[in-house]
Order: sequence, then C-alpha cells, then structure tokens
Amino acid sequence: MRDVAIIGIGLTQFGELWDKSFRQLIAEAGAKAILDAGITGKEIDAMYVGSMSSGRFIGQEHIGALVADVSGFSHMHIPATRVEGACASGGLAVRQGYLSIASGINDIVIVGGIEKMNDVGGVSATETLATAADQEWEAFFGATFPGLYAMIAKRHMHEYGTTKEQLAQVAVKNHSNGALNPNAQFKKPITLEYAMNATIVADPLGLMDCSPVSDGAASIVLCAADIAKKYTNKPIKIIGSGQGSDTLALHARRDICTLDATVHAAKMAYKQAKITPKQINLAEVHDCFTIAEICAIEDLGFVKKGEGGKAVENKITTLDGSLPVNTSGGLKSKGHPVGATGVAQIVEITQQLRGKAEKRQVKNAKIGLTHNVGGSGATCVVHIMEGE
Amino acid sequence: MKSDVARFWREIPQRYNLIGNQCGSCEKIFFPPREACPECRRKSIGKMKDYSLKGKGKIITYTIIHVGPEDFEKQTPYPIAIIKLDEGPCITAQIVDCKTKDVKIGMKVENTFRKIQQDGRIGAIYYGYKFRPMEVKK
Repeated sequence: MRDVAIIGIGLTQFGELWDKSFRQLIAEAGAKAILDAGITGKEIDAMYVGSMSSGRFIGQEHIGALVADVSGFSHMHIPATRVEGACASGGLAVRQGYLSIASGINDIVIVGGIEKMNDVGGVSATETLATAADQEWEAFFGATFPGLYAMIAKRHMHEYGTTKEQLAQVAVKNHSNGALNPNAQFKKPITLEYAMNATIVADPLGLMDCSPVSDGAASIVLCAADIAKKYTNKPIKIIGSGQGSDTLALHARRDICTLDATVHAAKMAYKQAKITPKQINLAEVHDCFTIAEICAIEDLGFVKKGEGGKAVENKITTLDGSLPVNTSGGLKSKGHPVGATGVAQIVEITQQLRGKAEKRQVKNAKIGLTHNVGGSGATCVVHIMEGE
Repeated sequence: MKSDVARFWREIPQRYNLIGNQCGSCEKIFFPPREACPECRRKSIGKMKDYSLKGKGKIITYTIIHVGPEDFEKQTPYPIAIIKLDEGPCITAQIVDCKTKDVKIGMKVENTFRKIQQDGRIGAIYYGYKFRPMEVKK
C-alpha cells in the first residue's frame, strides 16, 4: 500500500446559509481546496463526495456527477462517486479517496462533503435525520434520533454515575472553542447554567446537548505521499484509516454505552499507524450529542470506559488540556451539515498539524485523530494524521 | 414515514404478536426474525423456526421524548425504552399506563397491543406493541 498525504483543504462557512445553494457551497469548498493544494485541477484522477440525504434535503440524487459538473470537471470525465453512511458519509468519502490512492489506482483525488439542510423545514430535517436510525424497529414506535442518544446517556449515568452537568460541560467547552473559529455556526460561548437549563428535547438531553441543523461543505485534496512535495512543502500524512459497522438499531448492540463500531475502527487505525491512543495530541470527535463525545473519548481509548464524564469535568479535553478534543467547536458549535462533517474534521486537524489554526492552535500538535459516526453508532470511521 | 400499506402488513406477525425466530442450530432467539443466525451462519440457513415471544421483560434504559416526530407530536411527553425480553432479544417501545416519572431502569414490563400511528385522518391505522408496568392489573 502507498502512503497518502493531504495537500489541500477547503471549508465554507457553516450555518443557516439562505443565500447559498447546494451547488455553490460544494463548488466553493472544492475551489478552495484546489487553490490550497497548488494544483490546477487537471491533475485530479477521481472525485468522492459524501452526502447523507441530498434526495430528501434538496430533492436531488446523482450527486457524484452533479458535483463534478458544478466544479468544472465534467469535460474531463473523471470518475465521480457519491458515498453514503448517514452522518459518517464525509468520513467514508475520505476513506474511499484514501484507499483509491493507497491501492495505486489514483495519484490525486479530491474529496468533498456536503449537506444543505435548511431548504426544508425543521420538522422535515429532523425526520430525514431519523432515517439514519432503524425505520421499522425504532422510528416506527416513536423513537427519535435525540431519543436514542438520550437512552445511551441514561444508561451511562446509571452505570457510571455520569452527570447532566458533565454533559453540559462538553457543550460549554465546544462553544468556547467554536467562538474562536471563523467558520463556526455559533461563534458564541455559553455558560454552564445556560446549557443546564435549556429546553428538554429527550430527557436527559436538552437543546444545548444537541448539534444544530446546518448548511455547509468541506473538501480536501489527497495525493500519493511520494509526489506530494511537488505541490506543498507541508504535506500532512494519513498514517491510519479504520472503519467499523454495527447493528442499525441501538437495542441490538452488545452494550448500549459502547460504540463497538468506534472501538473496531480505532483499533484498525491505531494498528496501521503503529501507535497507541496515548500518542494522539488532539482529536476531532463526533459530538452530535454531548453524550456522544463522552462515549467517543472512552471508545477511542483516551480514557477508561465510564470515565469520560470525569475526564471532561477535569478539563483534560479543553484547548489547553492534555488532550484537546474538538478544537473546531465540534458538531455542537461549528455546526453539523451531516455529509460535510467527516471532511471538515480532517480540515481542522490538517490546519492544526500545519500550525495554522490561529487562536485555536494546539501547541506542538504532531499527531491528530478524526472520528466520524453514522446513526446511533452503526457506522464509524477513524483517521489518524501526522505532520512533518 | 408514509409508505404503501403493504410495508406495514408485511410486519403484522412481529408487531401484533411478537413473532420472532430461533436458530435451529444454536437455539438462539431473535426479534425481529433474522434470515440467518449471525453466529451459525450457513448451518442455520433453512433451519430458522418461528418463535412466539411472551412479551415480558425489563427496562434497561429509557428516555422521555419532549420533542417528537409529527406523527407523535400529540403524545409528547412520552417515554420510550429499550426492553430486554426474558427470552434474550432487546426491543424499543413506548411505555404506557403509568406516569412518565415512574418509568425506571430495571422496571418489569409486559407487552400490550396498541395503536402506534395513523396515516392522516382517513388513512390506515398502524398497530403494534407498547409495554406497561407488570404491576398494573388488566
């Protein structure tokens, strides 16, 4: 297998972008990534695009060809493929691009991730997100998506004594990071009291435990590592890539509080990178709900099972903590245009490893990890990156 | 989730009567029924037998839904739980016939046949299982 490096990144604003269309957003992210990579665009061998539900959000499928078209690649007839794995669609697209270069098929690949969620109303957006859950055996009976994560939270509290305050601390931390990110949907810190007293969505989760409905796109350019220096003097190498799956329904899992798909994907990525979780300097994890970040830091091996809440309380994961998590603001504050999220996580870690994360810069960041989850944990993809 | 009615009547045995199935090789019980046993794999093919679950179990986790989907809006706040059935499988269902504050982890519950959703004012009515505390007299 060949080594693969990231040579370009592009990110749009995340938020309620009423004046921007699906097409404009993905073309903007792609153009930024191509400019950043120092390529003309003609070098690109293939394209992968992550999008969860363009069919329901904007009534448009066939996104691979559409994105190639609006990005000006249709006359080159490059292979353009859409990848779907609910909220992990972006991360999966990155992995497909990575595999296609590692295998020797392609040299340079562009990866995009996009979701335009605000062109439908809030009710419709929530209903579309719920399609990531099991329609026949969860959603049919009235389980909502926040409801599934609320059941994970309730069990986590029961087994390990995790508190609502610890959940709120995740949101407070992520908002404080997001306030430093010019691309974030909510560039605003929140207080613990505000988070604790937010309207209840699904007990114990309140509004401030939930990531928002967002529009946005992200893109990266991947390149075979041996030719990356032709285009950039600071390529960021992908040293590990892992993916895992599990039952679609939460109730059928081995353990309600453990995302075994995360454990599996992480194990695969650590093994390939030949490192242990202790060597990770910073991570972007999938905090679609606050409890998800607590489970993630446990399942990725940063802390023991059950100690995630305590780790947050002890400020281990803050920007100046020993393992900063979600320096971008995470899904909670940066925003969660689902298909874009997995790609945007790679953008943040790349910025950090390049030393260009400005006010959010983590000192001596050498090795970073991204963790992207689909549904309540049926799909997970993990990437580990290293700067030079 | 509006679909053709066939999508719903296909699931009637499971949703009305909790019919799961059992692997003829290792005897593990599944709900909803599986085409093959994930452990025994090809040994189980053609040997999966229908199995009628008793519909009793206990709550392993739950939530109270305050913001519900359109079809359930009028029921909020309502409890949803994951129930481990005595025979082994876990299922997701609403808890009824008790106050939301009385729902607890470890609570023993039993199956009850109820209306789940309806397709608008004149469309099909979809029935299925909900669970209620076992203490409650019939």
